[in-house]
Amino acid sequence: MTLRTVEMALATPGVDAAGLPTRIPLGVAEDGPRYREDLGAERMLVNIGPQHPATHGVLRLVLELEGETVKRCIPHIGYLHSGFEKLGEYRHYNQIIPLTDRTDYLSPMANNVCLAQAVEAMMGLELTERCKVLRVIACEMSRIISHLVWLGTTGIDLGAFTPFLWSFQERERIYNLQEAWTGARLTTSLTRVGGLMADIPDGWEAGLRDFTNTFPKTLQEVDTMFTRNAIWIGRTQGVGALSAEEAINYSLSGPMLRASGVDYDVRKDRPYLDYETYDFDVPVGEYGDIYDRYRVRLEEMTQSNRILEQALDRLSRLQGAPINVSDPRVVLPPKSRAMSDMEAMIFHFKQVMEGVKPPVGEVDMGVENPKGELGYYMVSDGTSKPVRWRIRPPSFINLASLPTMCEGSLLSDVIAINASVDIVMGEVDR
Amino acid sequence: MSSVSPSVPALRSEFGAAVERHLVSSGQTIAYVSRDRSHDVLAWLRDTPGQEYNYLTDVTAVDYRDPERPLEVVYQLRSLGRKADLRIKVALDKRIPLEVRSVYDLWRGADWLEREVFDMFGVTFTGHPDLRRILMWETYAEGFPLRKDFPLRGHFSRAEQTRQALAANPEAHYSLEELSLADAYGELPKDMQERLARGERGFLK
Repeated sequence: MTLRTVEMALATPGVDAAGLPTRIPLGVAEDGPRYREDLGAERMLVNIGPQHPATHGVLRLVLELEGETVKRCIPHIGYLHSGFEKLGEYRHYNQIIPLTDRTDYLSPMANNVCLAQAVEAMMGLELTERCKVLRVIACEMSRIISHLVWLGTTGIDLGAFTPFLWSFQERERIYNLQEAWTGARLTTSLTRVGGLMADIPDGWEAGLRDFTNTFPKTLQEVDTMFTRNAIWIGRTQGVGALSAEEAINYSLSGPMLRASGVDYDVRKDRPYLDYETYDFDVPVGEYGDIYDRYRVRLEEMTQSNRILEQALDRLSRLQGAPINVSDPRVVLPPKSRAMSDMEAMIFHFKQVMEGVKPPVGEVDMGVENPKGELGYYMVSDGTSKPVRWRIRPPSFINLASLPTMCEGSLLSDVIAINASVDIVMGEVDR
Repeated sequence: MSSVSPSVPALRSEFGAAVERHLVSSGQTIAYVSRDRSHDVLAWLRDTPGQEYNYLTDVTAVDYRDPERPLEVVYQLRSLGRKADLRIKVALDKRIPLEVRSVYDLWRGADWLEREVFDMFGVTFTGHPDLRRILMWETYAEGFPLRKDFPLRGHFSRAEQTRQALAANPEAHYSLEELSLADAYGELPKDMQERLARGERGFLK
């Protein structure tokens, strides 16, 4: 049996003509030896997942081991495939927004923003100042909660429980803010084409200001706990390293790319939402190992906190400013006017029945999501439903480098490497 | 609206008629290249000084609602150093087999991206070392889900889909092995033994 055959047999066990499994039975024939005398020369196939807590979702890895060294790693994905891209072709642009919540469900607000940005770019809409600031706040809050989940779960994977509690405690505060803003903790569906679903409620800024004031202390504690911790350093330094050339060759993005020493951040290099006017730094690693990815993500949270503070300052100067564009073909009129004004009612009807209609054309909208560069490539034929809604999933593309990183490492490092990629299977499988 | 990327005139002078046409949409430049030269064009864009599109952002495909219109394979290129983007498209006539040369040898990142396009659209990438389905399972027989002639609910009826899923369900076989290992198989009632041998699960009778 060649390796390829073994892999295929593991991947797709079939049934023979009698309906019985074709896989090699686990037991042995009565007359044969019960166990082999020497397993030293044998390579072992180990299956991890799809139901395994350390694979961060329904990822399945088939590992070929020689002793404890990984010779080959074959990821199998698709267990959570929901056909979002196909579903999007049957929905109005605003109806796609709830689907985006469910792709990368650890940063739903950032996905909502990306979709609205893509449609607005096709229509050439200029957003209001307050909407841009609120969207920046949404993106940066998403970055913080996503990185906090990464930090907590990676810590647990490597045996540290306390930072998990700290990070989830902080994450809870952002979820409370999301709930106060949108009514939902996870499925936020925050944006609409041309603006937002709702403005922030009264007193909401104070809650976020309280968070930005106290959050650096938690980061400081995590830094104390991890950065010079001998166990953490031993498990992460020099493990799963990718050079800058490899990172570019594998099309990595986000913290994975920057940890390898490539200074590319979509917020700086292809700016959107006026990110170029905010003062923040892009952390870049040196060795491209798990430790650098940790350092980059930790620093990104600090920088996100800085951006949030600046955005709050801008928001205080924009009290009462509109959040939606004034174009009635894009944004629903207020309900009170729709019930009393004929013209507003017509626009309301057209909006609900037909939806937004971007002109014929296409756009590739890239935004810097916590996991990496999320790209929505949309093709419009002038109707209210897209011809194609392509999600460029950062987790999927980053995960494709996993076999290279794992080969030659130890079995226990596979867990650490897989955690360092920061995948979310809702987005990998879509 | 920004203007055409300066890479397009350079491409035209290098490849001539292989660059079929170009257009600008939402400020982003799109160049259509012929299928036979697509690999040469992409390699040239990657390696030529002044172009340096060293980063493959994405590979995807578009099937238009008009059934006469060719299917397009889309390459999103980026130069990380120059901070420039370019979209290259290859139009594939649907009346002949959908085939284009793989760029796996230029960017390893194309590995899973091309497998996904193959899985969802049925485009064969010649030269790809491991071209098989990635999101759908390997025995998936309904076709290519993102083609426009593929209905939203799939080609097969729900009963047929369930039957095939049961036949391919690895867990059903695994539990049979588990049972035989645990010597519990012989103690089961006969109809349950038969159902397990057929690969069915108890709750999905």
